[in-house]
This record gives sequence, C-alpha cells and structure tokens, in this order.
Amino acid sequence: MWLNQFLVLSAVLFSIGVYGVLARRNGVLVLMSIELILNAVNINLVAFGSYVQTVVGEVFALFVITVAAAEVGVGLAILLLLYRNRRSVDIHDVDMMKG
Amino acid sequence: MGLLGAFATTPAVFAAEAGAEVVKAGGWFLANAWLIPLIPAASFLIILLFGKRMPRGGSEVGITAVAASFVLGLLTLVQWIGAVNAAGDAAVSPAISKWTWWISGGTSFTIGTLVDGLAVALIFVVTLVSLLVHIYSTDYVAGDVRYTHFFAFLSLFTASMLFFVLSENTIQMILGWEMVGVCSFVLIGHWWEEKANSNAALKAFLTNRVGDIGLLIGMAILFFAADSFSVVKINSLAAEGSIAHGLLLAASLCLMAAVMSKSGQFFLHTWLPDAMAGPTPVSALIHAATMVVAGVYMVARLFAVFFEGLAIAGSSVNALAIMGGITTLVGASLAFVQTDIKRVLAYSTISQLGYMVLALGVGAWTAAVFHLFTHAFFKACLFLGSGSVSHAVHSFDMKKDMGGLRKHMPHTFRTFVIASLALAGLAPLAGFWSKDEILAGTGGWGAFGGTGGNGAYTFVLFMAMLTAALTAAYMTRCVYLTFFGTYRGHGHPHESGRRITVPLWILAVFAVGAGWTNLPKGFQIVPKGWREQFGHYVEPRAAEGFYFPHIAHATPSWTLAAFSTLVVLFGLGAAYYYYFVKVRALGGSATELPNGLTSRFRIARLGHRLLARKYYLDHLYTDILAKGTAGPVARGAYWLNQRGIDEVVNQAGRKAVSAGHVLYDKIDQKVVDGVVNATGRASHGAGEEIRRMQTGKVQQYAGVMFVVAALIAVVLILVL
Amino acid sequence: MQDFLNGWGLTLVTFVPMLGALVLLAIPKRNEWSLKVVALGSSLLAALIGVFLLSWFDTSRAGDLQFVVDKPWIETINSRYIMGIDGISLPLILLTLLVVPLCIVYSFDHFPEPRNPKSFLTLLLILQTGMVGTFVAQDLILFFVFFEIVLLPMYFMIGVWGGENRRYASIKFFLYTLFGSALMLISFLAMFFLADGTLAGLDAVRTFDMRALSGGATAAIARTSQVWIFAGMFLGFGVKVPMFPFHTWLPDAHTEAPTVGSVILAAVLLKLGTYGFVRVAVPMLPEAAAAWAPVIGLLAVIGIIYGALGCLAQRDMKRLIAFSSVAHMGFVMLGIATLTPFGVNAAVFGMVAHGLITGMLFFLAGSMKERYHTLEMSRLGGLLKQAPRMGWMLGFCVMASLGLPGLAGFWGEFPAILASYSPAAILHQGVFRAYMVIAAVGTVLAAGYLLWMLQKTAFGKARKEFANSPDIKDVKRHEYISWAPLLVLIVVLGFYPRLLHEATDPAVRESLEVPSIAGSAQDCLDSDDGWTCFDERRTEIKQTQGN
Repeated sequence: MWLNQFLVLSAVLFSIGVYGVLARRNGVLVLMSIELILNAVNINLVAFGSYVQTVVGEVFALFVITVAAAEVGVGLAILLLLYRNRRSVDIHDVDMMKG
Repeated sequence: MGLLGAFATTPAVFAAEAGAEVVKAGGWFLANAWLIPLIPAASFLIILLFGKRMPRGGSEVGITAVAASFVLGLLTLVQWIGAVNAAGDAAVSPAISKWTWWISGGTSFTIGTLVDGLAVALIFVVTLVSLLVHIYSTDYVAGDVRYTHFFAFLSLFTASMLFFVLSENTIQMILGWEMVGVCSFVLIGHWWEEKANSNAALKAFLTNRVGDIGLLIGMAILFFAADSFSVVKINSLAAEGSIAHGLLLAASLCLMAAVMSKSGQFFLHTWLPDAMAGPTPVSALIHAATMVVAGVYMVARLFAVFFEGLAIAGSSVNALAIMGGITTLVGASLAFVQTDIKRVLAYSTISQLGYMVLALGVGAWTAAVFHLFTHAFFKACLFLGSGSVSHAVHSFDMKKDMGGLRKHMPHTFRTFVIASLALAGLAPLAGFWSKDEILAGTGGWGAFGGTGGNGAYTFVLFMAMLTAALTAAYMTRCVYLTFFGTYRGHGHPHESGRRITVPLWILAVFAVGAGWTNLPKGFQIVPKGWREQFGHYVEPRAAEGFYFPHIAHATPSWTLAAFSTLVVLFGLGAAYYYYFVKVRALGGSATELPNGLTSRFRIARLGHRLLARKYYLDHLYTDILAKGTAGPVARGAYWLNQRGIDEVVNQAGRKAVSAGHVLYDKIDQKVVDGVVNATGRASHGAGEEIRRMQTGKVQQYAGVMFVVAALIAVVLILVL
Repeated sequence: MQDFLNGWGLTLVTFVPMLGALVLLAIPKRNEWSLKVVALGSSLLAALIGVFLLSWFDTSRAGDLQFVVDKPWIETINSRYIMGIDGISLPLILLTLLVVPLCIVYSFDHFPEPRNPKSFLTLLLILQTGMVGTFVAQDLILFFVFFEIVLLPMYFMIGVWGGENRRYASIKFFLYTLFGSALMLISFLAMFFLADGTLAGLDAVRTFDMRALSGGATAAIARTSQVWIFAGMFLGFGVKVPMFPFHTWLPDAHTEAPTVGSVILAAVLLKLGTYGFVRVAVPMLPEAAAAWAPVIGLLAVIGIIYGALGCLAQRDMKRLIAFSSVAHMGFVMLGIATLTPFGVNAAVFGMVAHGLITGMLFFLAGSMKERYHTLEMSRLGGLLKQAPRMGWMLGFCVMASLGLPGLAGFWGEFPAILASYSPAAILHQGVFRAYMVIAAVGTVLAAGYLLWMLQKTAFGKARKEFANSPDIKDVKRHEYISWAPLLVLIVVLGFYPRLLHEATDPAVRESLEVPSIAGSAQDCLDSDDGWTCFDERRTEIKQTQGN
C-alpha cells in the first residue's frame, strides 16, 4: 500500500490548515482552515482504515464530516451575528473575553 | 422552739481529733446569720426598684433594713457570748452553716456563714456605723440629685461588707471583697459629672484591681495547698504545719498585695486620699470604718497562714510588720501638710491601718482586731464631724474656709475633740487601750520590763511610738485650724441638725468607751471580770487541730503605758505650743508661722529677726521638731508620694495605654494584620499577572494549543 | 412522644428557622408586617420547641448524649445523620435559641440601612439553623456542613448592612474563616482514614461518628499524626475563636457589622470555635491536645494581654468591645488548655457568660450609635445624664464584663485562673502558673479599659454637640424587651452558677474521659508520666487490633 503518500498529503493539508487558523484574520477563512485540518484527519482515518483492512476508519470519517458540517453551521452563524453587530469579521477585533 | 427557744444555746461537747476539748457553738441566730447580709441586699433591690416613688426616697427602707441587721447582729453577739460562757475553759468552735453552691470538676463550692468572735465583732461595727451613717446621710445628702441611688448603694455596700465578714470560704471572701470595691467605686464617683470625681473612682478601682491579682493568686495557692476553700480547713492545716512553708509564704506575700491595695498600705495607698472625692458619709463608712479594714480582717481571718507563712513567732522582723510600720509612719507624716480636712483624716486612716497591719505582723492579733474595733468609731466620728463642718462652711479647706468654728458648732466641736483625743491615744479614751496593747504586743520593749510577745520587734515598736507622737501632733493641728482662731470663710456657719449631731454623739460615746471592753490584765482597779473581755470573746482559743495558731500574749506593762502616754503628750504639747501659743499670738486668722522654713531663703532678714527675737531656741525647736517634720520632711515625703509613688501609678496607667497604642498601631495593624492583608494582596497580584495571559484573542489560544499539542506529541514520540 | 424525644425533636428545632426562611421567601417584599411576624414567629417557635424538648433533658445523666437520632445519610463515606445533645451543647443551644428572637425583636422597627427586611430576616433564620445545627451535630460531616452554613449569611449581613468599610471586612471574615475550615476538613478526613471505629464498638472501621471518635476510636493513631491532625483543627477552630494571632478579622467584622450581626457574632459565632475545641479537638485527640496545650495556653494569655492593650488604643467604642472579645476568649482558651474538668467547665461557663455580656454590650453600642450617630469615644460623654437607664445598663455590663463576682463574667474568668494553677498532671505546672499570673494581670487591664470606656462615654456632662439632640432618648420599649432577658441571665448565672454547672460538669468530665479498651485518656492526662501512659495504651490497643 501507498500509505506514506496519504500521510504526507494529510500532513501538508494539516499544516496549511494550522497556518490558516493562526495567521488569517478573516473569520470565514479561519473556519475554512479548520475544515482543512479536519479533512486532513479524515484522510488519515480513511488511509489507516484501508491499511488495516477495516471500515472503522471510513465510519469515523463520516462522523467527522457530519460534525464538521454542524460546526461550520454554528461557526458561520456566530460570524454572521458578529458581522451584523460589528460590520467586520476580523477576529482580532473580538477580544471581549480578555481578562 | 418559739422565740425564746431561739435564744437558748446548746453547747455540745465533742472531742476533736487530737483530744482537746472543743465546744461547738449552737443557736438559732448563730446558725442563721445569713439573714444579716440578706436584709440589706433585699433593701438594695427594693430601693433601686421602688425607691423613687417612696415618700423619703428609699432612705426609710435602707435605715429599716440596716437597723434590722443591727438587731440581728446584736442577738447573734449575745448568743455568741452565751456560747463562750457556757463553754467555760474549753475552746469554742465557730458556728458554721453552709450549703453547696455549685460543683465543677469534682470541686464543690459552698456558700455559708462562719460566725465566731471576730465575725460578731465586725458585724457589730459594720451595722452600727452603717446605721448611723444612714441616719446622718438623710440630712447630709438631702436634696441630692441621686438621693435614692445613694441609699441603694449604701445598702448594697452594707450587704457586701457583711457578706464578706461572714464568709465561710475564700471564694466568698473574694466575692465580698470585690463587691465592696464596686460599691466604693460607685459611691466615690457619686458626683460623676466632675471629671476629678470619676477619675478618683477609677483610680480607686484600678488600684484595688492591682491588689486583686495578689488576692486571686494567693487564694488559688491556698486552695490547692489545702484542697479546700474553707477558711477553717485552710487555717487548721496551716496551723498544724501540714502545708509546706514555701506555699504559705508565697500565699501570704500574694495576699499582702491585696491588703496593700484594699487597706491602703504603702505603696498602693494613693487611691485612698483621692477617694475623698466621694460624699463624706461614704468616706466615714467605707473609707474609714469598714471597707478599708477588709484587708486587716482578711489577715486576721486567715491568720494561721500568715503566722506560719511569715514565721511571725520568734522573729524580730517580717514583711507584714515592716509594711505596716512604714505605712503608719508615711501616713502620719503626710497628714501634716494637708489643708483639706478630709485628706488629713484620710492619711490618718492610712496611718492607723498601718498600725493594725503592724500589730498583726508582730502577732498581736487581739490587739489588731481591738484597734480595728475602736478605730472604726472614732474615725467615723471624725469623718462625720468633718462632714458636719463642711456642711456648714461648704468647703473642706481648713486654712481658707474654717477656723473658729468652736463657737458656732458646739456639738461638732466637742465630738471632734473627743474623737481626736481618742485617736491620739490619750487615756482613758478608746484609742489608748488599743494602741497600748499593740505597743505591748510588739514584744520589743525589754527595757520597760514587759514579758511575752511573739518576738522582739524593737524596730517596729520604735516606728509605732513615733507614729503615736505624730498622730497627736497632726490632730492638734487639725483641731486648731478648724475650730480655733477666727472664722476665715464666708457666710454664717451654724450647727448641723439633729440627724447629724446625734450620730456624732453616739460615736463619741463609743470613742470614749469602746476601749473599756478590753482593759488590760494588769489593770487592777476594776474587777477581774471586766478585764480582757473583748479578747476573751473574740479571740479563738487554740486547741490541737483548731483553726487558730498558737500565738503568745504579751503582758501589758505599766511602764510602757506611761512612756507611750508621755510620747503622746509630747507630740500633743509640741503641736499645742506651736499652734495654740505661737500661731495664735499672730492673730486669729493666722494658720502657720510666717517665718518657718518656707521663708528661709531670705537668710539675712530671717537671721536678723531670729536674733532680734529671743525665741531663737524656740524657733529652732519648733522649726526642727514640729515644723521640721511637718515642713520639709513631710513635704518631701508628700512630694515623693505624689511625684514618686503616685507618679509611678499614673505612669503605669499611661504607659499601658501607650503600649497599647504602639502594639495596636505597629504590631497588630502592621504585622499581624499586615501578614493577612499581604497574603490577600499576593494572591491578588498573582491573579493580575496571570490575567495578562488571558488576551481574548482566539488565535493566540489556538497557537498555544497547537504548540502544547506538538510538544506533547514530541514527548510521546521520544518517550514511547 | 417517644418519637419526638428520641427522633425528630432536635431536627425540628434545628430546621424550623430554615422553614421560616423558606416561608419568608414566598412572601412579597412589600408585605413587611407579615415578614416580621413570620420571622419572629418561627424563631420563637424554634425556641419554644427547643425549651419544651430540653425541659426533658435529664441532668442526672447530663454526661450522656440525649435525644439521639441516628440515620444513614451519605452511605458511600459512611457519614450518618446523627444528632444529640449533652450538657455542653445544652447551654449553648439555649443561648442561640434566646439570642436570635431577641435580635429580631431588637431590629423589628429599626432595620439597618439599606433595610430590606426580607433578606435580612431570611439570613438571620438561616444563620440560626446553622448555629443550632453545629451544636447538635454528632457526625463530623454534618458538623462541618452546619459550621459552614453559618458563614454565608454572616458574610452577607456584614457585606450588605455593614458600615463604610463593609466590603473589606466581609471578605476578610469570609476568607479567613474559610481558610481555617479548609484545614479543618483535611484534619477530619485524616481522622476518618486513620481512626478505627471498631475500637469504639462500631461495625465499620472508617467513621465520622463523633461519639465513636471521642470514645476511643482514635487511640491507636500515632502521636505525630495526632499532633498534625490537631494542628489543622487548631487552625480551623482557632480562627473562629479567635485566638491570637488569627484574630484580626474580628475587630473589622465587628466594627462594620450591623448591631444584630455583631451581637450574634459575639454571642454565638465565636463560641463555635471554642465549642469545636471542647467537643471535637480535645476529646478526639486528647494526646495531641496535651502536646498542644502549652501553645494554646501561651496564645491564650498573649491574647488576654494583647487584646487588653489593643482595647486601650481604640478610639471607637464598638471596636474596643470587639477587641475585648479577644481578651475574654483568651480566658476561655486558657481554661481549655488546662485539660482539667475544672478548667473546661470554666471555659464553657466563660463562653455562655461572654455571649450574654458582650452581646449585651454590642446591643448597647448599637443603640448608642443610633442616638449619637458616632461611637468615637472622644466625642461621647454624659450618657448617664442624657439617658440614665441606658447609662446604668452600660455600667452594669461593664462591671459584668470585667469579671465582677456575683455576675456571670466572674465564673468564667476566676476558675480559669484557678485551674491554671494546677493543670492536668501531664502538663508542665510551672509554665501554667506563669500563665496564671499573666492572666491575672489581664484582669487589671480589663478593668482599666472597660472603666475608661465607661468614664468616657457615660460619666461627665453631656457634650455640647449632642446636648439638644432630639435623637437621644432613654431606653425604648423594643430595647427593653430584647435586653431584659440578657440582663436577668447575667445576674442569675452570677448568683447561681450551679444552673449551668449542673449540666456542664458531668458532660465535661465525660468528654475528657475518652475511654478505650486500655484505660481512659483521663488517667493518662492525670498521670505524672502521661506520655509513657499514652504510649503503653497505644501499644496495648495495637496488640488487640492485631489479634
């Protein structure tokens, strides 16, 4: 099997995602980056699943996709409200939780 | 039983453990002596609650109650005498009735009465003087704002004093001791609107509290030494020698501190003159006749403890005798320089209390109690007399506002002079007999041919003799300044009413006659049955296992009596010469010689005058002897008293307050509380620091999260 | 009836105020009259039930627990719902049941700012449940719960109805006490794990049953462990007493608290600490108590002198009275430190006496503040002139507080001094005699600051600024009602201390007895060679345990 290629792809996707989460200021892009991270995980799950010959990996991947959809739904709703109130989706402006 | 049955005494002879015959005194009044303090206590409550609504403001209740106590006391006295007579030569044990009051940790506290000769003598004194003072006060404090309150506390005082006197155990003694102290506090501060009065009250109370430390500790030692609070048990164990001498010594030294404060002994005496801020009847009752003798009474009551603890027998010096000796001299010399008549009497009281303590210190127990007995009458008479005078002239200042009152106030004058002579100790007045017995009791008079006594207290005898001379001299001065010369005050003084003069005369009669109750053994002029009666009935006769130590009795000597009379006459004569002859010659309004030591700085003029006059020797004589004592020495002593001892007392108070301030401001607020606040501040600061990490920026959190996750991953990889 | 006595009687007394509080919550705020009536009613009801129940108390066996209820509670940790009282708790419960209604009467028409009677009364009733509960609980967890319940209402009382500096004072009070209780809880847990309930006749090894723990279950714990466990309790209870140097919350709390808060604080809350010593710390760990006794005694006498000197430095009357508590509780702790029945009796008496007297003094201070709007002593004076009855009451309480014989204060103070002359044989006599002398000096200082206060406030002429003040009136009706019982009790206990000792004496003796299969702790405390005695006792118990 060509496991390594999948893992490399997943690592690259994950790193891009992490970069996006940490560096981008636009909330929508941050959400998209999170999607990338999750999909990197999905690739890993499916790859390992087929590597050890079980469907568990695919099942988990399906769960992750579902949860990711829900999460994006909530995240976008929050962003929408944020935009309505502040006219901006720059997450640097949102530091009301500051201690 | 019936009323008559109540009088019957039933002596029951039983053998004490050691075999000596001891008769138990019995009888209704002896067994029910608790009624005596209870009646005035009830009267206190009644006056306090209903006094204001009564026609005479509650004084009638007080007088009735004290009169009832007096009668009961008298009946108890009669029954006691009956018991002693019935016993014949055997010793009579005191009548004790007691009840368990409460129990704590296996120790039971009892409450009860102990009636013996000492107690009945004191009851007689307290109730009689209190009754007379009550009657006197109805006139003296008439119209006062707190008339009712005054009588209420007189009642409470009488009750507490009687309670103290009848104490069966040491706890009761402490109780009574403190209660009389409080009554004294309240009555000294009777006119508390003036700061000076409330200061005097506070000073009295606090000084007494200082002594109370000794009382509490001393009683604690005695309790654990004897495993009992009972006065009789403590005494008999001490007399038997079953208690270690060290413990007795410690206990008696502690208790001496209490005596020092309550009975105005040197150097805790300074509250007593200040206490004169109270109304005069209070001074007469509390600060002359009764409360201040509580210390003396306590020593007499627990005499076995002191006798053994201080090793009074066979010695020539001990702490108690020295304390009394110094006090008596200090008091007498200070009485010279006072211009306030009540202060003269206050210092005189200190001096006489010193006399009593001295007597106890040398083992002359009977003489001390006898002196307590006689002193109460003549000193109360003097105080009430001074009150009567001040009632007329509205002042206590002898030099400014008195003089020549002899003609205006004949009754006061006569009683005052009688009491003064009794105090000076001139035969055959009361003071002579008791003073002489004390002198004989010192046993320090080998030169005068006496025998007996508990030791050879020669030095003490010397002090006592000196005091006798001084006493005669300052009383002469006081009488002269008050009653002779010309009137220097304002208005027209007049004799006080009968409610004041009658008590004065009654006390004067006692001042004359009280001494005859204990004529000395050698006094052959009267039949044998008249001699030493006071001692016979009051002094517990020691038997084995009994509550009184074996004290030796001195035989009185004619020589000593004659010599002491000479000493008194000398003091009296010197002062008489100075005031009645020299001062009087300067005119009726003079109070001192103008060229005394006070004006000595003008040496040249004085020298000229002294030379010009032929009284050079006279001056020298009066200056050095009479005024020398009255002037620089006494003034110096007084200065030392006010600036030295009193200053120590005042400074101690002030220092305590400033120590409190330092402690509170520096230690409590800064250190102790500071530590607490610092902990709070530290955690607060830590929180502040940690708070900065909470930026609210999601990406920072995420960054931290990823870094930590990565680190954990690295660790996992490396370790696993 | 039997069910009532030996079942739900004590529970009822404890929780009736809590029920009252619940009812209060249901009554609307504007309905003030019914709020007050319900509050007073429920506290009086609790008092009535309490008195009725306690009238069945058998003083002839005051040493035993009575009215016991024992039901499973938290089974996982073997904590049970045990309640019962003996002669030590009896007077303190009665004191609580008395003081709370008096406080409600006192504040009936005079709620401190910002008024809000509903919350005030609710808190008061919750407080009562906590206090009574602490005195009846016989299970450590239950005890701890009640002990802590008390904190919250008091915190709010100071924080909401207090003076200017109330926030600081309330937080200090709360945190300080909580800190102490945290360590105390650790000690309780340590005891839970180390003690052996079977030694005291229980089925279970691990137990929170206070009867078992003070009945020998702890006898096999090593001395070092005992000493550390005791240290935790010492902190917990010591803060509450308060002992020097944990006292600094007290003056602040007292000064800022509303009058009623101060009264309850002084009358009952401080007693929770000393009660803890008498009920929990000493009987459960007598050996450690003996090891700690010199320290307790030392801190007690330091407290006596220190508190007195602190009083002399005060300018505020209420703060002075607060500081005097430090000194008075010093006498109580000195009594406990002697570890003799005599001393502990004195301590229990001292608790009740201090509760009555200092509570009364705080009432008076509160009423004076209402009249003069200040308690600064340099501005006061002439109370006896302007309000003579109140002045007399103040004088009376001052006399009682400085330990005048014939009034209640004396029987707490003097016997404590007496007891320290001869402490339990295991302790060093010389040290305690030195304490005795220091404590005796403390009585002089007590007289000093109290009389000084009396002179400053009551004697002299009325000050100009208050001479014509319309606020200054003599004692009012509600004040009479709420003060009279305290004043009467001060006199009655002073003249008839037996009233209290009848109940406390057997209980105190029982509490120091601490029996075990190898002899009682009392015997070891009483023996000159006490430490060896304790060691032998432990060895013997361990042997039987091994079998």
